[in-house]
Amino acid sequence: MTSSDLNWDVIVIGGGHNGLVAAAALAKSGRKVLLLEAGNEVGGAARTEEFAPGFRVSAVAHLLNRLHPDVVKTLELERHGLKVERGDFVPSVALSKDGPLVLHGAYGEVLTGASPSEQSAWKELRAQLLRYAGVLKPFLSRRPPDPGNMSLAGMTGLGQTALALKKLGKEDMRDFLRVLLMNVYDLLDEQLSDDRLKGLLAFDATLGSHLGPRSPTSLLGLYHRLAGEVGGLSGAQMQPKGGMGAVVAAIRAAAEEAGVSVRQASPVAKVIVEKGRAVGVVTQNGETLRARTVVSAINPAAGPREVDTGFVRKVKNIRMKGDAAKLHLALDRPPQFIGVDAADHKGRLVIAPSPDHVERAFNPSKYGEFSPEPVMEITLPSFVDPSLAPSGACVLSAVVQYAPYALKEGWAAGKPQFLEAIMKQLEIHAPGIGATVRHAELLTPADIEARYRMPGGHWHHGELQADQMLMSRPVSGWSGYDTPLEGLFLAGAGSHPGGGISGAPGLNAARRIIAMRA
Amino acid sequence: MKAWDAIVIGGGHNGLVNACYLQRAGLDVLVVEKNDWVGGAATSRELTPGFLYSNCSYVCSLFRPEIMRDLELPRFGLQVISYEGGAVFTRDGDYLANYRDHDAHRREFARFSRRDAEAYDRYSRDVTRQCRFIQPLLMRTAPDPTSFRPRDLGELLYLGRKFAGLTAEEMALTLRFWTMSISDFLDEYFETDVIKANFALSGIIGTALGPMSPGTAYVLLHHYMGEVDGSVGAWGYARGGMGAVTKALAASFRASGGTIRTGAEVDHVLIRNGKARGVVLSGGEEVYGKLVVSNADVKRTFLKLVEEKELPDIFLRRVRNFKIRGSSGKVNIALDSLPEFPALPKDSPVYRADMHFTDSIERMERAYDDWKAGRWSADPFLDMMIPTTLDPTMAPPGKHFMSCFVQYAPPKINGRDWTDADRDGFAESVISQIAQYSPGFRDRIVHMEVRTPREIEAEVGLTEGNIFQGELTFDQLLFNRPVPGYAQYRSPLSGLYMCGSSTHPGGGVMGAPGRNAAAEILRDLAKPTPHMSPAHDVI
Repeated sequence: MTSSDLNWDVIVIGGGHNGLVAAAALAKSGRKVLLLEAGNEVGGAARTEEFAPGFRVSAVAHLLNRLHPDVVKTLELERHGLKVERGDFVPSVALSKDGPLVLHGAYGEVLTGASPSEQSAWKELRAQLLRYAGVLKPFLSRRPPDPGNMSLAGMTGLGQTALALKKLGKEDMRDFLRVLLMNVYDLLDEQLSDDRLKGLLAFDATLGSHLGPRSPTSLLGLYHRLAGEVGGLSGAQMQPKGGMGAVVAAIRAAAEEAGVSVRQASPVAKVIVEKGRAVGVVTQNGETLRARTVVSAINPAAGPREVDTGFVRKVKNIRMKGDAAKLHLALDRPPQFIGVDAADHKGRLVIAPSPDHVERAFNPSKYGEFSPEPVMEITLPSFVDPSLAPSGACVLSAVVQYAPYALKEGWAAGKPQFLEAIMKQLEIHAPGIGATVRHAELLTPADIEARYRMPGGHWHHGELQADQMLMSRPVSGWSGYDTPLEGLFLAGAGSHPGGGISGAPGLNAARRIIAMRA
Repeated sequence: MKAWDAIVIGGGHNGLVNACYLQRAGLDVLVVEKNDWVGGAATSRELTPGFLYSNCSYVCSLFRPEIMRDLELPRFGLQVISYEGGAVFTRDGDYLANYRDHDAHRREFARFSRRDAEAYDRYSRDVTRQCRFIQPLLMRTAPDPTSFRPRDLGELLYLGRKFAGLTAEEMALTLRFWTMSISDFLDEYFETDVIKANFALSGIIGTALGPMSPGTAYVLLHHYMGEVDGSVGAWGYARGGMGAVTKALAASFRASGGTIRTGAEVDHVLIRNGKARGVVLSGGEEVYGKLVVSNADVKRTFLKLVEEKELPDIFLRRVRNFKIRGSSGKVNIALDSLPEFPALPKDSPVYRADMHFTDSIERMERAYDDWKAGRWSADPFLDMMIPTTLDPTMAPPGKHFMSCFVQYAPPKINGRDWTDADRDGFAESVISQIAQYSPGFRDRIVHMEVRTPREIEAEVGLTEGNIFQGELTFDQLLFNRPVPGYAQYRSPLSGLYMCGSSTHPGGGVMGAPGRNAAAEILRDLAKPTPHMSPAHDVI
């Protein structure tokens, strides 16, 4: 052991955005932090990557809609290059053969393309959804309540939630408690009638999870989406210039300014445990690095095994089979989606024409199959940032549901057919698009697993369903970023409040460590 | 003109339980029933000479023993014969049997997987603990979480204390139990398809959900909460079919001075100045009562029997949004001899219990996909039994009655009403499945009664043919059942109460809604209830 090895207060494993946020926040508290990234570049699934000569795209996450305001503030991200302006917010467009329907502003402040009665129904529903998501919002930035061991802070937190509920008023609170664990399909049926709008909301509620719109608890997915905010506006979304990698660059700049040492291409082989305490790590090239505190910002299932069996069994039981694929197309020229005007091509285009359609697309995934009519969310990042594609050309980025991690026939055989099914859907809404494809890259959950070291290829590092949320995330008994190993903490999306480019798990974990003086 | 102290609309088991308790508290109670017989969905009818069918509900377990004792049902003829748990047939000609004896059950599992046999200990422990937590809630009125009344706060505190009595580990499990799918839950314990399918069926029976739908783990608990002769989780046949339950209730009611009018369909509830004053029968006859209790489901009660203008908008909206979906059907069959199942040994106890043919969760889930698409499944899930193997009173000597509960059956076929041809196609899917496992089965059939949701709604009056009078999903349980703000058996109309399975704690031949409603009514009347046992913790 060399003397320099003892120099670290904290070692953070994993340079995804949560690892960077945790490292930066800990460094700002005066700790000496080393961050070890296995890949050649930090950012994980939030990198911007070149997938064809001259074509760059956000690797997995392609929309910024939930970067937590506390993260922006604590790390002073705006000073480090993050730009969020109201003019950058992009609309959501529900594509349909009946013509598109567009949600403008922050999640449909203005709705166009729908009947007047639907517009007023939407206004009411939107307000209600935002109100209810607002009740849940404070949970994002703190440790989940621990029912077995209620601390003063925990009690206060729950008390605040109870108060927020009371503020809703009696009838609203009753409705809140009724719909909390409901499925999104029924709620939409109760209040809306336009299939395009319902399809879009059903898609958003289930995006990234292994649920169909008719699955009970699927409404929670929509709350999770709407609890997110950008630029102080709930439900807003933007395509960052330079891709998601630009956001990561801002976080990295904040981390380095705070003094974090970032080492790339340094995969960790194991955590060193002495007397039930994590005291450092051994890298794959055999180097021993010691620190008082070790923070694992990678998938909990990829974490250390040197812990008690009950914990390991629970970790093994975390459901984390990804159900979403990512498509990148290098196009010779920008596509024209039918009925969509130029400005709206900068938005998020969703193919999910009805809740039933989404449900039908979900059905085969339960059996390890994919639907011949997959549903998807499309962005055209080069419309927002032309530097992402060669002049005159265009990048298309799409998240495609439902792509089961364990495809029955295997992805080697299934991938070309899946790509064909996706292209068929795209062709319906943007005729001629197929002929302009210069290069196509389809990342299945299996590819995402391999490329970004995410077991199951699940971008939330574990299903974000009711039974894996809050005090059950990542596993019951260990939901507050601690682990059975003293000195070892979890800070990735597998921890509360889950995935998406929020930085919340990383920040919450850092706060926990600071509070514990670890 | 006579005014009854209370009029109960509908002579189903909950209506009768409610009526019994009210009558025994000294009220003068009238039960009005539209059919010429009482029983609702707990009935035994002779549709072909010599055979008694349990036409709808078919097994007994959930009925609360406290109620049985309070109302002296055994004295009035109710006898429950418990049976050993049946089997799931597998497609390779084998079967997985269930035994009530834990060790025998474990040995049977070991035939399929040693690991699963070991996991069974952990599984039964966890499930039993959950039942212990939830069971006492069945016989209590759910608190209103938006209320500051001392009673509601007290009940909330009771719930809280009950919850705090759990270890942190059990709390976590409880929270997960309410939200997990039975498939995911079982995946945490077992690896063998048929073993998982064997348990999963309790998570879907009567429910418009598939085994992969979150929330079905709770439905499993709901079905596990029953007991026969103090043996928790046991199931039995009512001697003489399920009609024996309501027959005993009716006898108990009459013995304490109650009056039942059959063939008396209620057209609407008589309301004057916002208060229920009685009922108007379909012939136009007015029957007066100081209060009215409806055993009909919440939709039928407030959308059909009460005029819209009498009810607040928000209440009506919530009633309209109540999910009550037909998801099952029933095929009752008279057989001239006992069918043979070559997979089973000749004298297997399985013949006397419930038999299933769906040996994987995937097959169950695919049947649910068919329901979602608005069609019956070509590969339905059946809960089949031959009660006459233990209760010879239901058929002529040597002959048998077979009950097949069928899931899934949608309330509408592709958005249109069921036709007779649909019904026949539905029955054929059932018969052909049984025939695959029992050669010569078709030739034994003497008579058959086929009930799709259409028939169940028409005869019993259950909206959409939903056997639980409303889905058992979290948005419709506890203080949300049937609708938020009215989970305590009262309605927005003074003098009008609810006592059916639409109310807490929900469906199954349990009697708890009827009893709990009686407790609330007697509380409003400030009547003592010494004749009403408190809920007892048994597990």
